[in-house]
Amino acid sequence: MFEYAPAPESRAVVDIKPSYGLFVDGAFVDPADGAYFKTINPASEEVLSEVAEAGPADVDRAVAAARKAYDKVWSRMPGRDRAKYLYRIARIIQERGRELAVLESLDNGKPIRESRDVDIPLVAAHFFYYAGWADKLSHAGFGPAPRPLGVAAQVIPWNFPLLMLAWKIAPALAAGNTVVLKPAETTPLTALLFAEICQQADLPPGVVNIVTGAGETGRALVEHAGVDKIAFTGSTDVGKAIARSVAGSRKKVTLELGGKAANVVFEDAPIDQAVEGIVNGIFFNQGHVCCAGSRLLVQESVYEPVLASLKRRMARLRVGDPLDKNTDIGAINSAAQLERIRTLSDIGGEEGAERWSPPCDLPENGFWFAPTIFTGVTQAHRIAREEIFGPVLSVLTFRTPAEAVEKANNTPYGLSAGVWTDKGSRILWMADRLRAGVVWANTFNKFDPTSPFGGYKESGYGREGGRHGLEAYLDV
Amino acid sequence: MSDARVAVRKTYKLFIGGKFPRSESGRSYIAQDANVALASRKDVRDAVVAARAAVKGWSGATAYNRGQILYRVAEMLEGRRDQFIGLGLPAAEVDEAIDRWVWYAGWSDKISQVYGGANPVAGPYFNLSSPEPTGVVGLVTPPSFLGLVSVIAPAIVTGNTVVALTAHDAPLAAVTLAEVLATSDLPGGVVNILTGDPAETAPWLAAHMDVNAIDLAGVTDQTLATSLEEAAAGNLKRVIRPAASTPNWSDDPGLTRMTAFLETKTVWHPKGI
Repeated sequence: MFEYAPAPESRAVVDIKPSYGLFVDGAFVDPADGAYFKTINPASEEVLSEVAEAGPADVDRAVAAARKAYDKVWSRMPGRDRAKYLYRIARIIQERGRELAVLESLDNGKPIRESRDVDIPLVAAHFFYYAGWADKLSHAGFGPAPRPLGVAAQVIPWNFPLLMLAWKIAPALAAGNTVVLKPAETTPLTALLFAEICQQADLPPGVVNIVTGAGETGRALVEHAGVDKIAFTGSTDVGKAIARSVAGSRKKVTLELGGKAANVVFEDAPIDQAVEGIVNGIFFNQGHVCCAGSRLLVQESVYEPVLASLKRRMARLRVGDPLDKNTDIGAINSAAQLERIRTLSDIGGEEGAERWSPPCDLPENGFWFAPTIFTGVTQAHRIAREEIFGPVLSVLTFRTPAEAVEKANNTPYGLSAGVWTDKGSRILWMADRLRAGVVWANTFNKFDPTSPFGGYKESGYGREGGRHGLEAYLDV
Repeated sequence: MSDARVAVRKTYKLFIGGKFPRSESGRSYIAQDANVALASRKDVRDAVVAARAAVKGWSGATAYNRGQILYRVAEMLEGRRDQFIGLGLPAAEVDEAIDRWVWYAGWSDKISQVYGGANPVAGPYFNLSSPEPTGVVGLVTPPSFLGLVSVIAPAIVTGNTVVALTAHDAPLAAVTLAEVLATSDLPGGVVNILTGDPAETAPWLAAHMDVNAIDLAGVTDQTLATSLEEAAAGNLKRVIRPAASTPNWSDDPGLTRMTAFLETKTVWHPKGI
């Protein structure tokens, strides 16, 4: 491996405040009971800031602010004016893109290359895309004058903090709803910077409210009687709890939950490209991706060359400082997540799968996990069934296309899938049969604001992105 | 001795997998002056097995084929129009139900274009979203015949298969509909109809882990509706809640009863030479 000189992105572009309140009704306010928690850089365990922990009284206040803004301002505003606010936000995000990217990498641990080239550009693109819908809703196919739902409660995960915020807030606002959003407790900072951007855009107070906190804050928000809509991205367990909690109410719900995607490589696939796709599928964002290609299904006839090539490629992945522009794999987001990855990986070994990682020096401080593959995995192994949400790939084999389909679909999840083959008719045959909301053929982990994303089965319901993404925020 | 001919009475049975079994429990009850099968938990499970087995063939059939079969159902309904009226249904409702069935039949090869399409992504990729059936759908059907048709037809026209629980006090039109379906080239198992008491059977259907979605249209008891929705969360079924106020089934049905049981699949592929 070549020695690379360090190429760190400068932190100077970001000004992190020592403390952040809750963003309610257009202003930062102290939490009612004065509770704060710390957010750290997972690559160094350095404390970045302290952030307010919203209790029920704070959630109440935020929902009331959102309701007032909905009734008095936002739902009455012509779509063309809502559009202009969203365009403003999109533009400010582009202008402040580097700042957002650095802050995202600091708080989340993801490589700057990904926050700079993937997350933040997609955030801006989402706002730009949905801005244009705000004054065209009557042409979206949901009737001549579709109505918004009201106040949306939105709870997002830590893996793509600002991108998940954009997926939630952009369509909600375009459709005429107001929102109360709770970012994940380990990654609140870009959401709070986004609150400043809302101020900078002169967005009317109360249209966007940000309440920080952990699971209890999220529960108070989604169970609040004053919300009309719940949008949640996170674990399937929490998604089921939310689905139960709204039973009997009129709240509309969309859930984007876990996955255990199969990435299917046929013998006629261009192996070098497939290996790039496998690596991107499971090691992108440290594998903290709900649609990660965490189960590799390789046709038996090419198992040896694919594995050899994959191992060669993995040995060249650079794990380390997220702010270094050459880094491929950054830090695991939290100690708790690292523990989960370690536990499931240990179970993989105990259940008889063979574990392999390239030689890899990991930093002393922070949370790190070397890219890892397991071979000899069977469908009964927990590492083939449970979402690990880390840089851990389970490798299985198949002989026939029918067997590949059977194995790929043998999961309660159904978020995404990958297919690698040179044969067009086989791609379409596979795509028809894979029970997953997104099928990437000869590519993987591609996202776009125009393209609907979401799961089958226990990966949740509803779609985000595209015209479909509007439906979640309209009374249809 | 009277000249009146002694009528041949009909035994009203369940409809599972294209066959007309009695309840495995051997139970029956009296509704609309007839003995009707009282379906059990085991009948629910058998019906789900039949519905699951029918998914591959029905969802894999061409849209044109499904449309023709549904249209054939409407033809058979028309032929039995007087029989439904003889059950005490208003003629206008029967006519509306037949027309509603024809309306849905035509959607089989149109919904994909209306509800899916190409996405102009910012890169050199082919990107297409298409709706697909969610799988096995449970239906707690309303007592009205038009309501029954208005929940079964939208679920199956897109390729789902269903297990329908009929209203306790109004099962006869549903069983007669089953006889229509059985003679319309509809593959066995696509529609399964269970008469009996939904308050007894619906919890098993709502909690069944091999059911993908449930329509609670016929549930009027709010407590039952809530508990069914809670049970449905166990495997994240797609749920249509009962309407907030008594629905008027004559209203324009819109697309939502179809789209609620569709999954959008988005396929990406790079463009290049």
